[in-house]
Amino acid sequence: MAEKVDFKSVFFNPFSKNNPVVVQVLGICSVLAVTAKLEPACVMGLSVIAVLAFANVIISLLRNTIPTNIRIIVQLVVVAGLVVIVNQLLKAYAYDVSVQLSVFIGLIITNCILMGRLEAFAMGNKPWPAFLDGVGNGIGYSIILIIVAFFRELLGSGTFFGVQVIPQWCYDAGYVNNGLMILPPMALIVVACIIWVQRIFNPDLQEKQ
Amino acid sequence: MNKQSNVYTVVYIIVLVIVVGAALAFTAMGLKPRQIENVNADKMKQILASVLITPAKDSIATDFNHYITEQLVVNDKGQKIGDDAFSVNVSVQSKIVDMSKRELPVYVCTLSEGDVKYIVPLYGTGLWGPIWGYVSFNSDGSTIYGAYFAHEGETPGLGAEIEKPAFSSQFEGKRVFKDGKFLPIEVVKGGVAPVDGADYVDGISGGTITSKGVGAMLSNCLEPYQAFLQTLSTK
Repeated sequence: MAEKVDFKSVFFNPFSKNNPVVVQVLGICSVLAVTAKLEPACVMGLSVIAVLAFANVIISLLRNTIPTNIRIIVQLVVVAGLVVIVNQLLKAYAYDVSVQLSVFIGLIITNCILMGRLEAFAMGNKPWPAFLDGVGNGIGYSIILIIVAFFRELLGSGTFFGVQVIPQWCYDAGYVNNGLMILPPMALIVVACIIWVQRIFNPDLQEKQ
Repeated sequence: MNKQSNVYTVVYIIVLVIVVGAALAFTAMGLKPRQIENVNADKMKQILASVLITPAKDSIATDFNHYITEQLVVNDKGQKIGDDAFSVNVSVQSKIVDMSKRELPVYVCTLSEGDVKYIVPLYGTGLWGPIWGYVSFNSDGSTIYGAYFAHEGETPGLGAEIEKPAFSSQFEGKRVFKDGKFLPIEVVKGGVAPVDGADYVDGISGGTITSKGVGAMLSNCLEPYQAFLQTLSTK
């Protein structure tokens, strides 16, 4: 990779043009799991931003010392260590949140975005751009998470952050929440719709026929 | 230095693991007291939730000591065998098949002079992991005053709904003794009354396995209290 890195594009590209979820199609698994409600989606997004930024910096600092044949293991150890620390910190200082997220925090380890960014970017770049890349990709991931969670919570439960937004008279008139939205398959369909809309606005992302 | 040599690789990974391991051990030890405090405060909050009290964040322990006037550990014959209910591990006790060997915690809660509730803990399994809760009984030993349920990782929007008041408030006023017969509350589908005439609540649609788990938990955990609850009713 080139020595001169455009910080701005490193940070902003993951938001849309090189979004980890809808362009690189990484981290789909956790999008299915945590987007039934907005609140867990937001905390998950924040945790991923934190873990990804730190992991990127640490791997970037170590990048010249890591023996190539065990680099994946080194990355895993760093990520797993960070995730456990985040989990412990949440348990000590934000107990309610940690109870609510419980297993999802541990699932950050399995989030493909982390391994993807460590392998593709942090292994070949200096700490500062690696940090920007981590935060940028974390935000790009969170944006998709929040959009998906917004539609799933609105249509599936009729609420917004747990507050009912669909007025009661709609229910009285026969409106029913779409239970399908709460089930994981609908997250895939919502992500597919986002990909569709995004490709319309970014024709250069469309695959050549 | 040859960074691809076996010696370098082995030394590198050993050092890395020791450093990360030390960092984790350090964090875990440093945060332990705070975490235990949180866990205990959370347990107190849950116990109080079953008597429909929501304490403020910084007064949980004071409120708990104020309302919970006595703790009991009883056996399945209703005899008192201890008085430290808080430290009994309900998850272990609920898995003991022989009910006469179980230690059964009871929290005696005095809401106001003469208004006494008896809180018993529950523990069972839902779809993805453990579920638990607390049920409080009026002093007649049969009528439920309030209930609280929680879970570790049930599906949000489906099984996870058991922690909502919409589900737990259904238990209020239900009775576990019907004409002298002990019948734990059942969780049913679509309001179909159980054939044995037990009191019942509506399960969560779409959360069938979690709802069944709640039903199984109620019968498994309330059954050994039968004798204790009976002595209350004759008091």
